[in-house]
Amino acid sequence: MHNDSRKIADEIILRSGVNPRRCMKCGKCSGTCPAYEEMEYHPHEFVYMVESGEVEPLLNSKSLYMCLSCFACVDRCPRGVEPAKLVEAVRNAYLRQQDNKHMNADDVPAKLDDDLPQQAIVSAFRKYRK
Amino acid sequence: MQVNEYKPLIVAFCCNWCSYAGADLAGNNRLNYPADVKIIRVPCSCRVNPMFILRAFQRGADGVIICGCHPGDCHYTSGNYYTRRRMALLFSMLDFLGIERERTRLEWVSAAEGAKFAATMNDFAETVAALGENKRLEDLRCKK
Amino acid sequence: MQRIGVFVCWCGSNIAGTVDVQAVSEALKTEPGVVFFTNYQYMCSQAGQDIIIDAVKEHNLTGIVVCSCSPRMHEATFRKTAAAAGLNPYMVEIANIREQCSWVHKDMASGTEKAIILGKAAIAKVNLNAPLTPGESPVTKRALVIGGGIAGIQTALDIADAGFPVDIVETKPTIGGKMAQLDKTFPTLDCAACILTPKMVDVAQNDKIRIFSYSEVQEIKGFVGNFDVTIKKKARFVKEEICTGCGACVEKCPMKKIPNEFNLGMDNRRAIYIPFAQAVPKVATIDPSACNMLKNGKCGVCSKVCTAGAIDYTQKDEFINEKYGAIVVATGFNPISMDKFDEYAYNQSKDVITSLEFERLTNAAGPTQGKLLRPSDLEHPHTIVFVQCVGSRCAACAEKGKEYCSKICCMYTAKHAMLVRDKYPDTEVYVFYIDVRTPGKNFDEFYRRAVEEYGVKYIKGMVGKVTPEGNKLKVRASDLIAGKQLNIDADLVVLAVAIEPDKSARPLATMLTASMDTNDFFTEAHPKLRPVESPTAGVFLSGACQGPKDIPETVSQASAAASKVIGLLVKDKLKGNPCIASANELMCNGCSTCANVCPYGAITYIDKEFPMFDRTMQTRRVAQVNPAVCQGCGACTVACMSGAMDLRGFASSQIIAEVDAICR
Repeated sequence: MHNDSRKIADEIILRSGVNPRRCMKCGKCSGTCPAYEEMEYHPHEFVYMVESGEVEPLLNSKSLYMCLSCFACVDRCPRGVEPAKLVEAVRNAYLRQQDNKHMNADDVPAKLDDDLPQQAIVSAFRKYRK
Repeated sequence: MQVNEYKPLIVAFCCNWCSYAGADLAGNNRLNYPADVKIIRVPCSCRVNPMFILRAFQRGADGVIICGCHPGDCHYTSGNYYTRRRMALLFSMLDFLGIERERTRLEWVSAAEGAKFAATMNDFAETVAALGENKRLEDLRCKK
Repeated sequence: MQRIGVFVCWCGSNIAGTVDVQAVSEALKTEPGVVFFTNYQYMCSQAGQDIIIDAVKEHNLTGIVVCSCSPRMHEATFRKTAAAAGLNPYMVEIANIREQCSWVHKDMASGTEKAIILGKAAIAKVNLNAPLTPGESPVTKRALVIGGGIAGIQTALDIADAGFPVDIVETKPTIGGKMAQLDKTFPTLDCAACILTPKMVDVAQNDKIRIFSYSEVQEIKGFVGNFDVTIKKKARFVKEEICTGCGACVEKCPMKKIPNEFNLGMDNRRAIYIPFAQAVPKVATIDPSACNMLKNGKCGVCSKVCTAGAIDYTQKDEFINEKYGAIVVATGFNPISMDKFDEYAYNQSKDVITSLEFERLTNAAGPTQGKLLRPSDLEHPHTIVFVQCVGSRCAACAEKGKEYCSKICCMYTAKHAMLVRDKYPDTEVYVFYIDVRTPGKNFDEFYRRAVEEYGVKYIKGMVGKVTPEGNKLKVRASDLIAGKQLNIDADLVVLAVAIEPDKSARPLATMLTASMDTNDFFTEAHPKLRPVESPTAGVFLSGACQGPKDIPETVSQASAAASKVIGLLVKDKLKGNPCIASANELMCNGCSTCANVCPYGAITYIDKEFPMFDRTMQTRRVAQVNPAVCQGCGACTVACMSGAMDLRGFASSQIIAEVDAICR
């Protein structure tokens, strides 16, 4: 499990182009974040947790969707770490995890009805189970 | 007696301020390394013209090692940085010419690192001995 | 052909135990040039040296090879021996057969074989040796100190103490620098003016020191011992030698709304001004951009009130030429511009100030007479937020902040916070920090006192945004230890702004050919062992021009620089190292490659006429090495594409001869 987590963290780092090791843990990102109160994990914690490979809690946190992508943290970080890009990459990682949860093709016919447009039927094959 | 036992010929360029003093320290501490290593003293590793190295190979040296102060510690502030760049180019050219990469080496040895000097020379001499004689650049006209 | 004598040393059994010295000397006798060979127990002893001297005389030797211990040990000894025998000392070469042969090899056969080869290499080198004489150059016994802050003052006083004349060049109308603007100094809290101004008076009264205030260095030529400097004395429109500094002109000047630089623009001065009461020299200066008389000829009040008749509206910039033996750079620092840091609202609110402005606000001679009042409404602030590392340790983008730690901010912020709590205990004081760095004598104790005795609230975290709202400043920050975001309504925000080298440093470095790092701090000749010398000979570094420094460190570096200068100036003549580079002018194509790699700026170019085959003269640009500046590293010899540059004592031909001898 831990190795898995590390792998995902490395992928997040790769995809975001962010180097979390540059962080000097000053907390300016969290000091500047307008959505701070809404978040369970705050920008500096995103950086810290991705660096240490603890991404599991992040993937399942609603904080992912509380980030406004206002990029205030990116603008003000003195070390150029760009936490918002990391948040976006974690969001992305969550979505990609859904890959193996596609709807089973056999289940699709049961959900069809006559009014359903052709396009919707095609897209149903791309939909996730939940 | 040693009949036909292969002895590599190694030329070492040592900067006066760090590596030459490191070699002296190795001597003071009686740390052995092969007698195949012959040291030439230069004021700074940046005095080592790539020509000298080519000349050594032409004259039949089997390995050439350049030793200088650690980066940032150069007695002349920046000499070893020049060396590092020049040798990077020279070594890749030698590689291209078919001289094994292991025959050339650039090492940082400070005046306090007698043990490192001896260890480096032992390792280098071993590596070069394993490669055998340098035939690629040797100029047979120089052989007596 | 040289006539070479080979002297093999036994060094008791140190060498003779592993190397067959007899065999070595026998083997070397057939080498080209060798006319004499011998071996002896201790070559370095008086008897051994006598053998060398006798042999030189008897066999008319021109070169000596000593196979003995490391040249780092006895090269100097044998050079002296050669000199005693009437030979040029640089005709001696040492083959290191002890440290690098007998001591590291155990068996006689290989040790002897290697010793022979090392001897052959030394002989091959001596064959190509040429007599060398160290160049000599006279030393002008006068020093120049550029910058009149505490660093420059201390350096000048120390040099003058040793009896050498010193000139200080300062761009401002007075010496004193940043320290004159400070209120108290950490960690002892003594007042800056009380300890600085007596030193300034000492400078003024010292007859060895001349102060060129309101002046700049215009041009520097020459080299160590012989610098030729042009100083531009800007017109201050007041005759310095006549002005008594009474201040009557200042009082009557009608132009009252000029921002006062000394108080960082927080109050106003007149067009004619004396920066502060203890200024040295205490002389008025007219600001030509503000004076009506100078701009349109209408006014002249100051000349009417000046009883001494010191005002001179026609004064022109004056250029002074002087020769110096040594130059000390003490150009100091400045806080960086806050223009790129919008988030702290520095340009939007008067109540967001820098720490240097805070110093003036708490200084008894400052704009508020030492009462801590908000600049906007002159109310007493009840909540003060200090922000550390503003622009320091900032690697995000180069034009915004500085990547280095400014070193002094942690301590002066602790000082500010402590002083506020001491004078105004009703004030809430927050300090936002990333790390508190207090390496220094009594520094950490000082910081802990601020927390423990004075109740300053240190919060680990950074301020993200400051928003002016009404007469408050909304400060949003993170508290990393509590895991909270804080919103503080502050009355005053004080920014511990990063410091950078003075802008005048870069052009000065170019004039001096002294090297700088990417942050425009001067680089030292060796980061550990020669920290107050520039790699350029004769140029010394004092204070924050070399890196961020507090006052004690600056003063100790200033004194260290002074001692180095004194060590240079006491010499009547500078004897150079003769093993230096020299260019073969016939081969040099003037490409400048060598000058670019030279870490000392020793290489210049001259246009020189050369006779051509057709009997015409051709002017070509060729490299010239300054023997007083070159240190003999040889970087240029390798960089030279035409092979014109060579190093005396370590010539290419000599090293190649050694290579050949070893590889034979």
